[in-house]
Amino acid sequence: MKIFNQILLTSIFGVTAITAQAQVKVTDPWVRATVAQQKATGAFMQLSSPQDTRLIEVQTKAAASAEVHQMEMVDNVMKMREVNGVDLPANKTVELKPGGYHVMLMGLNAQAKVGDVIPLTLIFENKDKKRETINVNAIVKPLTQMSMPAH
Amino acid sequence: MNSKRRKTIALLSMLGVACLPLSACKRSAPVFNGIDITGASYGSDFHLTGHDGKTYTLHQFKGKYVLLFFGYTQCPDVCPTALTRALNIRHQLGADGKQLQVVFITVDPERDTQPLLAEYMRAFDPAFLGLYGSLQQTEDVAKEFRVFYKKVPGDNSYSMDHTAISYLYDINNKIRLAFKHEQSAEQCAADIRTLIQTQSS
Repeated sequence: MKIFNQILLTSIFGVTAITAQAQVKVTDPWVRATVAQQKATGAFMQLSSPQDTRLIEVQTKAAASAEVHQMEMVDNVMKMREVNGVDLPANKTVELKPGGYHVMLMGLNAQAKVGDVIPLTLIFENKDKKRETINVNAIVKPLTQMSMPAH
Repeated sequence: MNSKRRKTIALLSMLGVACLPLSACKRSAPVFNGIDITGASYGSDFHLTGHDGKTYTLHQFKGKYVLLFFGYTQCPDVCPTALTRALNIRHQLGADGKQLQVVFITVDPERDTQPLLAEYMRAFDPAFLGLYGSLQQTEDVAKEFRVFYKKVPGDNSYSMDHTAISYLYDINNKIRLAFKHEQSAEQCAADIRTLIQTQSS
């Protein structure tokens, strides 16, 4: 019985550990600064997940809406489109960075000034339709930011 | 004669033809990282309003190199990157950077008002010039510069597809080079240095 309990306990811990590991890791979330009157900007970050999942939605209190967009260069023409989601294959870092994906923040409530913190809620869904919500604080970086600087 | 051989001969003769004028003017033709569009019939002038309310034409910048491109301020990615590259080009050129006028023409004059453009330019470099026109003027100037742009409606807002090429003009207001978005500030600055050298020699 004691052994059984131990097994049970171990398996519970095991499950807990797996759940904790299932968290998507968000690294260096940042938002491009705006000037006064500028109503939109982009948020960028790196995402990685121990299991296959998909970023399906972003919410924020800082703007009227947030959409996941993809930038594409076709014959030197820049095209930006909303995407239904971004796939995160297990253990592969997916970057939301200039030249690729970004979270488009539209209808900003206030000017995004360098050093400000913009809260973002990221919603992920795996193939079993299980959802995971992660809150991050994105730091506002200068307008001239090309990509996240080295630490 | 099989087709492969025929192709090889055709290729060789093409190369031969291509090499002739090249070798003839090898000394004077500078090599650029950007696309050499010297003599292009488009992009000869603009007539638009600056972020300071004044009217501008290309010819006002005679004696300066002009780096010109189109974009819009609500752009989260390509436009700030192009403006940052322009800033870095100016830095890379050192003292010669003052000879380079950066001109940004908005393809979104409905949202890019004069005060917004003024603030946006100032955030990068107070020496940059933001230009805007009416919807019709914007259409005309884009056509003149062979720039494509299109409003793309979204759920809550809209974005603009647009050509992400930067044009470089020499001190005589002649169009010389087209820089792709992917080209680095170093590559662009090197080209401008080459132009400065060829123009002063």
